[in-house]
Amino acid sequence: MSLADLWAQHWFRAFVTGSLVLVFALGNFYITLWLERKESAWIQNRLGPMRAGPQGLLQVLADLFKLLQKEDIVPRNVDRILFLIAPFVAHIPALLIFLVVPFGPNLVVADYDIGIIMIAAVTSYAVIATFIAGWGSNNKYSLLGAMRGAAQMISYEVTLVMSVIGVAMMAGSLKLSDIVLAQAERGVLGWYLFPQFIGFIVYLIASLAELNRAPFDLMEAESELVAGYHTEYSGFRFAIFLLVEYVHMIAWSAIAATLFLGGWVGPTPADIPVIGPRLFGWMTGPVWDNIWGFCWFLFKTYLLIFIVIWIRWTFPRVRIDQLMDLGWKFLLPVSLFNIFLTGVMKYGWNVLAESGSPLRWLFWLWR
Amino acid sequence: MANMLTAIAKGLGTTLRVMFKPKATLEYPEVKKPRSQRFRGRHELRIYENGLEMCVGCELCQVACPAHAITVIAAENDPNNPRSPGERYGYKYQVDLLRCIFCGYCEEACPTECLHLTQEFELAAFSREALVYQKEQLLARAPSHFKVPENVYPPYTGRKVLVAE
Repeated sequence: MSLADLWAQHWFRAFVTGSLVLVFALGNFYITLWLERKESAWIQNRLGPMRAGPQGLLQVLADLFKLLQKEDIVPRNVDRILFLIAPFVAHIPALLIFLVVPFGPNLVVADYDIGIIMIAAVTSYAVIATFIAGWGSNNKYSLLGAMRGAAQMISYEVTLVMSVIGVAMMAGSLKLSDIVLAQAERGVLGWYLFPQFIGFIVYLIASLAELNRAPFDLMEAESELVAGYHTEYSGFRFAIFLLVEYVHMIAWSAIAATLFLGGWVGPTPADIPVIGPRLFGWMTGPVWDNIWGFCWFLFKTYLLIFIVIWIRWTFPRVRIDQLMDLGWKFLLPVSLFNIFLTGVMKYGWNVLAESGSPLRWLFWLWR
Repeated sequence: MANMLTAIAKGLGTTLRVMFKPKATLEYPEVKKPRSQRFRGRHELRIYENGLEMCVGCELCQVACPAHAITVIAAENDPNNPRSPGERYGYKYQVDLLRCIFCGYCEEACPTECLHLTQEFELAAFSREALVYQKEQLLARAPSHFKVPENVYPPYTGRKVLVAE
């Protein structure tokens, strides 16, 4: 059986692509955790880890080995089964998001027509994992953290999906690769970031709340709840919660990069005006397109990850009532307004595009 | 609303600026924080530029020490092979760094400017005995710029000491 025949088999393809997604998630988890430590240090006028490897690059490895060596403590009064499976349940939705993200023109594991709905469905599953952990720990802090987390994540999910609807309206599709292609057709800097600026800001804030990251990390507020839902966890189960947090962050950044920053779309060296085609002309073709696309995708994703970390180490934690007020009374109306605005502007462009009216340039951004 | 947004932008701007500022951390064992000129660290016994010890065994430092950290036992110089210019030299010189309070009184008491406190501050050891510094540990390795004074008793000629009797 040749490799091409094997590739045609569904099980083999699923196995290979699934493994690649796992490798991508874990590798980027490593880099993101390192980046978080370094960036937090820089913001606090420190150097961060410097001893383990050059610039502390091996620090994450050392930390993870430390966590793996620790005893797997299961407290006496926990709900044993729930306590033990919670980290792994949490792990699944974080990874499933990567299934629909287009890493390059042809690099997508499962290009569903309902990509955005799939993302919304899969991520609401993360609430369950959090609640399992909080309930199973049989600890008041854990339960409080989990309650807060559930309330917060469910309320912000509404806002999150609302902010993405604008993008779906612009592209006329829920398929993520179609959305990227629609942005590519709009030319240089035709990203949905510009017409959907309100949507992007709302998405950014709502995804911070969805990720339970500062300033919305009420779920694990150290000053009030010890560590929230993972108070009772230690050793490698804690490490998996850590992993989930960062994989989630990468996943949300990847989706934001795809929806608002044009995903893998970007100029390649062959696009340089005069010398480009002559010097880098050989760097074209399907394989090179995927490589450049993947590089652009990673760059945009890390730009967003950088912003998320930057926000975390800048702002203090909000109160729970402030959080709910912001979500329901401000972000949700604003995202609804964004949908309205997008509809009006798109309609306006459709009506006026053919006419010679100078008024049409008002709607040009929403073309 | 506008206030809130400016506050958010200001906060993000501040952290972004700090991110690219030089860092306050010193990587300690490789880079040490500069100490003041008059920092009082470990003791050292200077030697003259010709290699003779400056300590004449006068025991003034021992008397001046408020913590009784210094023990000096002097001995007569061998006239043919003097250890120091003058009559006596420090035969035994101990500083118990566990007792020392680094006040610098010994340095002030020293009449020949022999004893002084260096910039060295990393004085950890694994036993109490190791922290009682002996004369060999305290003597400076390199000669100082001090010249042997001319009016010492007994007069010092450079080769051997004349006993004026």
